[in-house]
Amino acid sequence: MTLAVQAEGLVKRFGTTKALDGVDLAAPAGSILGVLGPNGAGKTTSVRILATLLKPDAGNATVAGHDVLRDPVGVRGKIGLTGQYASVDEELTGTENLVLIGRLLEMSRSSAKARAKELLERFGLTDAGNRAIKTYSGGMRRRLDLAASLVGRPEVLYLDEPTTGLDPRSRNQVWDMVGALTSEGVTVLLTTQYLEEADQLADRISVIDHGRVVAEGRADELKRHSGSQTLQVRLSDPDDVTATETILRELTERSPTANHETGLLTTPAEDPVLMSALVRRLDEAGIVADELSLRLPSLDEAFLSITGKPAGGEDSTPESGEESTA
Amino acid sequence: MSTTTVERPEQADQRSPGATRRIGPLRTLQHGLTLAGRSVLKIRKSPEGLLDVTLQPILFLAMFVYLLGGAIAGDTGEYLQRTLPGVMAMNMVFGSLGTGMQLNNDITKGVFDRFRSLPVARSAPLIGAVLGDVVRYVVSIAVLLVVATLMGFRIETNVVSAAAAIVLVIGFALCVCWISVMLGMLVKSQQALPGVAMSFMFPLTMGSNVFAPTETMPGWLQAWVSVNPVSKLADTARGLMIGGPVAGPLSATLVWMVTLVVVFFPLALGAYRRRV
Ligand SMILES: Nc1ncnc2c1ncn2[C@@H]1O[C@H](COP(=O)(O)OP(=O)(O)O)[C@@H](O)[C@H]1O
Ligand SMILES: [Mg+2]
Repeated sequence: MTLAVQAEGLVKRFGTTKALDGVDLAAPAGSILGVLGPNGAGKTTSVRILATLLKPDAGNATVAGHDVLRDPVGVRGKIGLTGQYASVDEELTGTENLVLIGRLLEMSRSSAKARAKELLERFGLTDAGNRAIKTYSGGMRRRLDLAASLVGRPEVLYLDEPTTGLDPRSRNQVWDMVGALTSEGVTVLLTTQYLEEADQLADRISVIDHGRVVAEGRADELKRHSGSQTLQVRLSDPDDVTATETILRELTERSPTANHETGLLTTPAEDPVLMSALVRRLDEAGIVADELSLRLPSLDEAFLSITGKPAGGEDSTPESGEESTA
Repeated sequence: MSTTTVERPEQADQRSPGATRRIGPLRTLQHGLTLAGRSVLKIRKSPEGLLDVTLQPILFLAMFVYLLGGAIAGDTGEYLQRTLPGVMAMNMVFGSLGTGMQLNNDITKGVFDRFRSLPVARSAPLIGAVLGDVVRYVVSIAVLLVVATLMGFRIETNVVSAAAAIVLVIGFALCVCWISVMLGMLVKSQQALPGVAMSFMFPLTMGSNVFAPTETMPGWLQAWVSVNPVSKLADTARGLMIGGPVAGPLSATLVWMVTLVVVFFPLALGAYRRRV
């Protein structure tokens, strides 16, 4: 496994604000790394350092084999960047923006045009190609921004909060496009405030808060670390609920939550053998279950248990010193 | 706290020692020209953006010639002859504001982030903006000359020296614009720029010999006006277009041009590096 992005101990201060306080990130080539954190966590700062737009105060990073400090030009030859805010020229058309980037990448005029056409097609913007960006909707702008970062066929793509502010349909479109990229071997580093997004897209997730990585792993690993699983039973016949309640109480020694109308029962399940025991008991009692599942806690719950506060929150209330006992 | 970690196999070190790859001057210029093409494209799309460098000097010229020309020079025709070359010079200072505005806009809108994430020379966006403005200046001078000709202006020397005057004026614009570029990097918002820029533009343009002879000015003002680069450029342009001494004011102008670049290009580049 080669690492396409590897950052170690990144530190960045802005005046008295410590935006990054020793961030380590690692993205294997061809994978999607999700960098998950609330507003102000340091996501954009990390991305800007990895894209050579900012120099870290300490630490180092290698991107596609090039050192961001020693060979920034080499890094820029391998990356594409879609920043948090669209960075395309509002007055130019979609085609003109893409051709300009192609020309800056020293493509011939005709191949820059061909590449622009191809990308507009791929992002469903062919009809809008000859309109100024300022007439685009938010979703179209995002897609053009994404297209712009792909002109040079980057090996590593940074997406800084690619779906923030998008409606659900546009968000799904962006997700599909990101998924398609990895099938071409592109390594994607994606930042997000949305746990759902990281869960959907990322192979591995680094949770970042106050300029530090507070957890790292696969989505399911992070979820497993943050508390027990939930056993869920959906019965064919809601009349069986009372009998099933009794069985579950015997097995877990606590009362399950039960809904007599829908026939749905849930209970915390620390013991992994609970499932097979339940299957046997239901079978003996002649109760038919439509669905029998062990659900991991959501990443929201995981984030809460890792950082001690809900994800994606505005983080507007200053810390009232409850951590002073630590 | 439980943190799951990945194993990190040591990556083969592909860097050759000291391999800071740089982009040479030729490619820098090529990137700069591509970006200048972007400026030209934008001028073609919204020509109204040229009003500041076309309408404004015409208004200045008409106002001074018809309102004050008779009183200052005794004759509006004669006044037009000696004022037009100066207005051309002055206009280059005012016109540089557009460069600063455009750059400030590109930075705040994040367009420069895109360029800087490409393997493009760092100074290319600056060079591109400045080169793109040459087109603005050429259009501006052409319009001014047409209007002045309609008002009765005549070149009294020859076409070659008049053309030399135009080239010199544009060359001067390329030197003085670095002040605007620097200010464009320093101010937070685009709206703040015109006010700040006036503080250097006004002494340069109005505190010059463009509109009136200097004899009646107070001593301190005369002292400034006689060294002001715009006065020197206006003198040179007058000499080249309607006759008179050229060598003296030309060498003073050239010294100023070099000075402006030597002082303000590094300052502008420094401000740009700090900003982006
Ligand atoms: N240019 C800057 N000047 C001053 N402070 C900054 C600057 N950029 C970021 N910060 C601060 O650094 C912290 C991290 O910011 P950022 O990386 O943008 O977070 P995120 O992208 O996760 O929301 C925040 O506290 C932010 O206010
Ligand atoms: Mg951000």
